Amino acid sequence: MNWTAAFEDSFLGHDLGYLVGTLILILLIALPVMLGVAYAVLADRKVWASMQLRRGPNVVGPFGLLQTLADALKLFLKETIIPSGANTGVFLIAPMITFTLALIAWAVIPFDAGVVLADINVGLLYLFAVSSMGVYGIIMSGWASNSKYPFLGGLRSAAQMVSYEVSIGFVIVCVVLYSASFNLSDIVAAQKGMILGIGNGNILNPLLFPMAIVFFISALAETNRPPFDLPEAEAELVAGYQVEYSSMTFALFFLGEYANVLLMCALSSVLFLGGWLPPVNWAPLYLVPGFVWFMAKLFGMFFIFAWVKATVPRYRYDQLMRLGWKVFLPLSLVWVCVVSGWLVFTGHYA
Amino acid sequence: MIATLAFYLFAGLVILGAVATILSRNPVHSVLWLILAFFNAAGLFVLLGAEFLAMILVIVYVGAVAVLFLFVVMMLDVDFARLRAGFAKYLPLGVGLAVVLLTELLLVLGGGSFGVSAPAASHAPVVAGMTNTQALGSLIYTRYVFIFQAAGMVLLTAMVGAIVLTHRQRPGLRRQSMGAQTERTPATAVSTVHAPSGEGVTL
Repeated sequence: MNWTAAFEDSFLGHDLGYLVGTLILILLIALPVMLGVAYAVLADRKVWASMQLRRGPNVVGPFGLLQTLADALKLFLKETIIPSGANTGVFLIAPMITFTLALIAWAVIPFDAGVVLADINVGLLYLFAVSSMGVYGIIMSGWASNSKYPFLGGLRSAAQMVSYEVSIGFVIVCVVLYSASFNLSDIVAAQKGMILGIGNGNILNPLLFPMAIVFFISALAETNRPPFDLPEAEAELVAGYQVEYSSMTFALFFLGEYANVLLMCALSSVLFLGGWLPPVNWAPLYLVPGFVWFMAKLFGMFFIFAWVKATVPRYRYDQLMRLGWKVFLPLSLVWVCVVSGWLVFTGHYA
Repeated sequence: MIATLAFYLFAGLVILGAVATILSRNPVHSVLWLILAFFNAAGLFVLLGAEFLAMILVIVYVGAVAVLFLFVVMMLDVDFARLRAGFAKYLPLGVGLAVVLLTELLLVLGGGSFGVSAPAASHAPVVAGMTNTQALGSLIYTRYVFIFQAAGMVLLTAMVGAIVLTHRQRPGLRRQSMGAQTERTPATAVSTVHAPSGEGVTL
């Protein structure tokens, strides 16, 4: 669907109309994402609280609904402190990079059939590229802070994210082998009627199910979420790469991190849970708008992220590296061969 | 119009990044400028219709190779004064390299008997009804499959070589065995010893 067509035909002319229409669409995605992040933070805290038999934020607003907004306002009003030994330019650019990358990735996420800002045919590679660049915000902040804890956090994070990207790449290859396309809308469409036409979603496929698990664990590592939050491990590194950041620079890191978590949830629902399709391939379920199914899957994944954070203890660094390089990498590499062999053997491409 | 503006934006930033890579005094800044140049080169690829190459450029060079660059450069203790001291000594070599590169570029782009003729260069690798990825794959895995595999073997050799050169067996290292660690139970790890007063305990 050409969403900008109305603007292109208006008095603005083709080029300017395209630009204005796209800008409006970007705002229509970015603002709800930011709002979603604000309430994801609250949901996260509420979920941990109830798992630890606490109440969680409940003072600001009814049920604590305004807590995140109050926190944001507080951070906004604080002073941005730049350490005297810091490398000012890089120090200030780092949080902006984290935040920008977390937002631009949403351009290719299909929220419903045809509801996507940029329906490009390398959408999945674009997402992979953006997420692989996410390491720069952290490594730059770690170096530019000119301080020991941030530097150690930055180094850890660089090694961790590069390691787990490799297995995420192979998982993506497995999914792409099935759908024969890098376009996210095509990938969702290819998941329709997975098991003898009953279910929707790659996760129901026994060949792809192990890869869904590998993807989920790698996504935890890629977004620096517990149990892989070693870059900011508060018991060892105070707050890792965020130590020297205050006020809005810190807020940008925080928002970017949560936007990345939501993005990984969106990506797992697109790759494995069937995106906007209902979980079961049954006609009445298609009456529910696809957007609702997509959001339900996204927030369901987010609940699992919060669940993991509340229940699993932090990994030791050598165990983290062992899991990435010695377990996931060989497993996903072998699985690419298995999946492609099976698809060729059964004549999937014929 | 937008494509033209985007071209000049990307091209300008590539040149800016490349120039700043050479001119910045801090090596970490150099790497960051280099990354900017890589990234905008990917933008130019997108404008040419080679979106697969663009994404691979970002994933491989920006996302992995440059991170390792940055990793190494950040750890180096660079003495800036000593770095600049050799400038005059290396100047002739640098100028010589620049002249060779410029000549090659002129030979390739400037036409003449060695040049790529203009119409051939303008044929974008776009096949109707086929995505970029499929077109590349159908070429690499059919016509150029042996060259492609040979390139892969060269990379594998380099990888094995790097591991062989850097791997060393360190004596006296206490290795972690995750299986043994998780298999430990209080029954195997803890023992209760009755210690009579006035006497020592042998464990």
